[in-house]
Amino acid sequence: MLQLPRWRVILVIIVTVLGFTFTLPNLLPPAARAHLPTFLKPMNLGLDLQGGSHLLLEVDTNAMKRQQLDNLAEQMASTLREATPRILYTARGATGDVARVTLIDPNQTSNALRVLRVLTQNTSGTAETVTLAQGATPGLIEARMTDAGMRQLSRQAAEQSIEVIRRRIDPNGTSEVSIVRQGDNRIVVQAPGVSDPEMLKQRIGQTALMTFNLVREGVTPGESMPAGALVARPYPGVGNETVVVQRRPEFTGEHLRHAGPSTDSQTGQFVLTFSLDSQGTRIFCRVSREHTGHRFAILLDNQVLTAPVINEPICGGSGQISGNFTAESASNLAIMLNAGALPAPLTVIEQRSVGAALGQDAINAGSHATLYSSIAVVIFMGLAYGLFGLMAILALIVNMAMIIGAMSIGGATLTLPGIAGLVLTIGMAVDANVLIYERMREEQSNGRSAAMSIDAGFNRAMVTIIDSHLTQFLAALILFNFGEGPVKGFAWTLSIGCITSVITATFVTQTLVAIWFRITRPKHLPI
Amino acid sequence: MPWPLIKLMPKRTNFRFVRFAIFAAFLSIVAVAGSFVSMFTGGFRDNPIAVYQQAEGDPLARIGAVMGRGFNLGIDFKGGTSMEISAPQAINLGPLRSALTAMVHSDVEVQNFSDARRASVSFQTPGANPSVVVEQVKARIRQIVPNVEFGSVDAVSGKVSEELFAGGLMALGLAIVLMLIYIAFRFEFQFGVGAVFALFHDTILTLGLFSIFRIEFTLTIIAALLTIIGYSMNDTVVVFDRLRENLKKYKKMSLADVIDLSTNETLSRTMITSVTALLSAVALWAVGGETLRGFAIAMTFGIIIGTYSSIYVAAPAILLWHSRRGRGPNQETAPVAEAAT
Repeated sequence: MLQLPRWRVILVIIVTVLGFTFTLPNLLPPAARAHLPTFLKPMNLGLDLQGGSHLLLEVDTNAMKRQQLDNLAEQMASTLREATPRILYTARGATGDVARVTLIDPNQTSNALRVLRVLTQNTSGTAETVTLAQGATPGLIEARMTDAGMRQLSRQAAEQSIEVIRRRIDPNGTSEVSIVRQGDNRIVVQAPGVSDPEMLKQRIGQTALMTFNLVREGVTPGESMPAGALVARPYPGVGNETVVVQRRPEFTGEHLRHAGPSTDSQTGQFVLTFSLDSQGTRIFCRVSREHTGHRFAILLDNQVLTAPVINEPICGGSGQISGNFTAESASNLAIMLNAGALPAPLTVIEQRSVGAALGQDAINAGSHATLYSSIAVVIFMGLAYGLFGLMAILALIVNMAMIIGAMSIGGATLTLPGIAGLVLTIGMAVDANVLIYERMREEQSNGRSAAMSIDAGFNRAMVTIIDSHLTQFLAALILFNFGEGPVKGFAWTLSIGCITSVITATFVTQTLVAIWFRITRPKHLPI
Repeated sequence: MPWPLIKLMPKRTNFRFVRFAIFAAFLSIVAVAGSFVSMFTGGFRDNPIAVYQQAEGDPLARIGAVMGRGFNLGIDFKGGTSMEISAPQAINLGPLRSALTAMVHSDVEVQNFSDARRASVSFQTPGANPSVVVEQVKARIRQIVPNVEFGSVDAVSGKVSEELFAGGLMALGLAIVLMLIYIAFRFEFQFGVGAVFALFHDTILTLGLFSIFRIEFTLTIIAALLTIIGYSMNDTVVVFDRLRENLKKYKKMSLADVIDLSTNETLSRTMITSVTALLSAVALWAVGGETLRGFAIAMTFGIIIGTYSSIYVAAPAILLWHSRRGRGPNQETAPVAEAAT
């Protein structure tokens, strides 16, 4: 009949205690939260609640493709040159989406195609990235990127860009910025607390080329420049002088391994330390030996970041730049140096930002809605079912604690639509209780005893509860795949709420009803 | 116990829902047709033929242009930029509007919301890179409105908005198909058809509401529509569950009578759940803030429609496929079946 196994009571108690424990950090002020163990953490707040910026960047695949085709034309030429016997060609280049070489002897076409086959596979040899074909005129060989090749290329570019962006906007790895790839050629940047994305965009935006050029001493910037010289203006916000440099760089930023701000142990001034890779070390050793006492300039897109004097030959692969640095300028410069160049231009295709004040407004409005909705539902359930309504309300409270607790430990993000989901869950979660109660009521009016009615109510309603909640759960799952950001937060609360309301309505209410029944032993249910 | 309301409600109701279904079907068909007309006439404001003739491009693009006016699409789906600004003093909208119109060369919508010190600004930003224009506009606003604060700034390029739109439609379609499969698998195919009738009914009427009243259509509205689909299904399934049970229990009864019986038996549950869900949705509408208003309106409307449809659309629609049972003595339900087509 109406059984109340001990394990069920214990389970209900454990689940309730866990729910409330994990919910606790959300209710405490930040100061008190610091005393809690680390596994007790509050929910993550979405950008729409705590304020912050969301940027969706797209890698410019057209620019990348053009560059890749140029490279491909070069590679075709050099492969033909290095073939034995050597295959001669007259012209090479890339137009539209085709890289071309024209052979001098059209009879060698098939031979050339065989030699060039090495270029068609990616490095792991798993997919064809380039297709080769004979052109319309004799001796013309055309190469095109395949879709798989383009996809691979954009993925690589996106991954590299993520690294560069991270170094540009989060050099110390301390801020909460999240940078992830989306699809083949997109990057999502989320920066909590940054309500003006302008600074982010500036740091991300430029495709910078870093070069190390020697300074042409004794030449003042003016109208007529000697051949091979270049006037380099200061980099906005970082550099502070205009210098004339050799147009040809000694080496480029790819050889720079790391740069960091530091203080000189003797003078106590802020300096910048840097280290180079092996090839860079070799080149810099030669350059610094030949030009000791001269200045060299570090340029970003031909604009001067800094132009220090080479005091001594630097052959150990690492060195130190001193100047009139402040803590901030040294660290800024280090960021710029480390960040290096992006593999392809990036475009901001979506940008959303919310100020912290608006986020707080949203939290307040959400809390009010939650409060009023709870009060209304509590009153209504009390009026509708009396004592049984009270039990449903207790189950609802446990339900709320479980949702918030699960979101807190599960690392889910609460957004404004997520709060809306919570509010709706308050109204809909009692549905399972209602189904059970209505069934009890029916069974009782069919002439069954109180105990029988309770038992039948729970058992018969169970099928319906599972059927009806599964459909809601399905809808929530689709939302997961469709939405991003705020809408995903809604999917979180809705799907978790769907599961927990089944658990609480059955386990928690059933236990409460059973306990009540044991104590009072009623002949008739007050329902 | 003190005042259990439930005791006031009759234990058994005997409404002849199926008999009213012919009237309900007429009502629903008119409402659905009205929603469609609204979607093609920009909420009864445009002449679709004129819009079609003025539009450029192939017929499909022209139809797209007509449909595009059917809703007050937010920037999520239309592309462009929208900002919420606030200032310590009342914001003078006129100068702001004219300055920005001269700047972005397109229609700029500037209007107050909540009070005179807050305003929303939205405009189209064609091209692949809207964010550059956004910074210029922000700088201009700072000049015109002293001490301005930017609450939220959203810029979406046309490319992204097209994807979001397609994604939203996909999600809605997928939801309806999955529900059909689930119901067909769990119950019978006829039940699935009835449920899908109800889902289309609810979705189209909610869309119609947004079209007629020009309520801004954003990403969260898609979320609301999906939730309404989930809720309406939940309601329908409860009735269907009882229907399945009763079909086994009363083998001799006509299908129409079993439908009536099942709907009546689940009626008090349907009512109570709808009221609690409605209470929550209305609370959200009243105090949930500006951002969630559209969502709350959709939910409130959707809960009412979803409840109605599970009683008057989903269950009677099963009568259209009454292959398994004779019509029994209750012959007058036959015209209902025809009328509901």
